[in-house]
Amino acid sequence: MTTDKVNYGTIIKNGIFGENPVFRLALSLCPAVAVTSGVKNGFLMGVAVLFVMTMVNGTVSLLRNFINPKVRIPSYMFIIATWVTVTDLVMAAYARDVYKQMGLYIMLIVAFAIVLSRAEMFASKNKLIPSMVDGAAMGMGFLLALVLLGIFREALGKGSLWGYKFVETKPLLIMIMPTGGFFAMGLMMGWLNWIDRKFFGGTGGGGGGH
Amino acid sequence: MEATPKEQPKVQPKAPPEFFVSIGPHMRTEESTAKIMWTVNAALLPATLMSVYFFGLPAILVIIVSILAAVMAEAGMQKLLKKDVTVSDGSAFLTGLLIAMNVPANIPLYIPAVASVVAIAITKHLFGGLGYNVFNPALIGRAFILVSFAKPMTTYTQPVANIMAMDAKTMATPLSLLKEDGIAKLLEVYPNIYQDLLMGNRAGSLGETATIALLLGAVFLMIKRYITWHIPITFIATVGLLTWVFGGKSGLMTGDPLFHMMSGGLILGAFFMATDYVTGPSIRIAQVLFGVSCGALTVLIRLKGGYPEGVMFAILLMNCFAPLLDRGMRSRVFGKAAAKGVKK
Repeated sequence: MTTDKVNYGTIIKNGIFGENPVFRLALSLCPAVAVTSGVKNGFLMGVAVLFVMTMVNGTVSLLRNFINPKVRIPSYMFIIATWVTVTDLVMAAYARDVYKQMGLYIMLIVAFAIVLSRAEMFASKNKLIPSMVDGAAMGMGFLLALVLLGIFREALGKGSLWGYKFVETKPLLIMIMPTGGFFAMGLMMGWLNWIDRKFFGGTGGGGGGH
Repeated sequence: MEATPKEQPKVQPKAPPEFFVSIGPHMRTEESTAKIMWTVNAALLPATLMSVYFFGLPAILVIIVSILAAVMAEAGMQKLLKKDVTVSDGSAFLTGLLIAMNVPANIPLYIPAVASVVAIAITKHLFGGLGYNVFNPALIGRAFILVSFAKPMTTYTQPVANIMAMDAKTMATPLSLLKEDGIAKLLEVYPNIYQDLLMGNRAGSLGETATIALLLGAVFLMIKRYITWHIPITFIATVGLLTWVFGGKSGLMTGDPLFHMMSGGLILGAFFMATDYVTGPSIRIAQVLFGVSCGALTVLIRLKGGYPEGVMFAILLMNCFAPLLDRGMRSRVFGKAAAKGVKK
C-alpha cells in the first residue's frame, strides 16, 4: 500500500470490521477481558488506546525514513512509551477518579500487541495521514469491541449499563468476573463470525479474514 | 472410548453357501450410546429416590426442571445447528439429572435451569456436541451457577423426610461445619455422623447425601462394566489417604478418612462424573493417574482452599489434562519405528 492513492474508506473499514483488533486479529485480548467488566471502563480504555494508536502511527510514519530497520522495534517501543506516558499524565491530571481505577491498565498500553503491530505493519510503510487514519480506525475498532463486550458483560453481570441499573433481579455475577470475560469474548467472537459468514459472505475465522 | 458402533446392516444370510467369507468385524456389541446413558440414569435412580424421600417436593421440582431444561436446550441447539435431534439417547437427560443431584433442594428453580442450559448449550454443543466436549457439562453448569448465585447455592436445608414439606430449616453441610466451626460443632449438629452420612440424613446437595444409594448404583454400573475401578476407587482412596495423613488437627495421621470419603459430593463425583467417557482418559494407567490427581486436588481444596468442597473443581481441572494423560501414557506400537524428524 505504498502507492500515492490511498483509499481511506478501505482503511477505516479494515480497522473496524475486517481486521478488528479484538475479534478478528485476536490481539490485546488481555486488556479486553480485564477492563470490560463495565461499559464505562471499556469506553475510556478504548479512547485512551484510540489516542495512543493515532499518535504513535503518526510519529512512526514521520520518522520512518530515519529509523534504522535493525533497531526499529526498540525505537517503536520508545515512541509508544512516550505517547502512553502523555496519556497517563493527562488522565492523572484531569480525570482523577477514573485514573484511580484504570491507571494500571493505561500504563499497560505500552505492551499492547495491536499498537506495535500497526506501527510495524502500516505506519512504517505509509505516509503521515494514511497512517494516522489507520491508527484511528484500528483504535476505533478496539473501542467498539470493548464497548460491545462491556455492554454484554455489565448488562448480564450487574444488570446495569454505564453504572445505571435497569433491572433489580439477581444478576449472573460470573459475567463480570474474569471467567465471564472469556465466556463473553468467545461467544461474541463466534457470533460476529457467524454474522460475517451469513450476511457478508466472509470466511469467518480469526486472523484477518478477507 | 466412544462406544458407539455404527449401525451396520447384518449381512449374514440365513442359509450360508458352502464357502461364505464375510469381511470383519464379525462380532458386534449390542451396546450403544443410548443404552449406556439410560443405564447410568437407571443407576442414579436409588439416589434420586433417596433425595426425594429426604427433601420432599422441592427435590422433585428441581429434578423435573433441570431435566426439562437440559433436554430442551439439547433439542434447541441441535435444531439451531442443523444436526439430528438426539434427545432420546438420554445424555441430555443424564446431564440434567446430574445437575439436579448437585444443587440444594430449596433453590429457586430458575438456577438449575440456567445451569442446564449453560451445560448443554455452551459446554457441550458449542464444543461440537456429544463426544467432543472438553469439560463435563454438568459440572461446568454447576460451577457457573455456584459462582453466579453463591448464596442460594450454599444455603442447604435440613432433610425432612416428608414429601409435602415445602419450607425446611436451613442447615450447614458436614464439610462446611468442619471447615467453619470445627469438629465439636459438627458432632453437636450431627450426633450420629457416620450413620447420617451413610444413609444420607444430612444437609447437602440433592443426590450427594445418600452414600449407600449411590454405591448401589455404582456397583451396578461396575457389574455391567460400564465403569471400571481405575478412576473412582483411586479417586476415593486418595482422598481417604491424604485426609488421614493431613486432615487431623493434632498432627499427621490423625485425620478422619471415613468422614471425608463419605461427605461432600465425593461418591457422586467419583463414580458418576469423573468416569465420563468423553472428558476422562481412556487408557488404564492414565485413568489411575487421573483418579489420584482428582483426589489430591480435592483434598487440597477441602483442607486448604476457600471452598468447603473441592470435588467439582478437581474433576474440572483434571478434565483439561485428560487428553494429555492419554497421549503421554499411550503404549508404543511394537515394531513401529519412530518417524524421522518427528520428535515426540
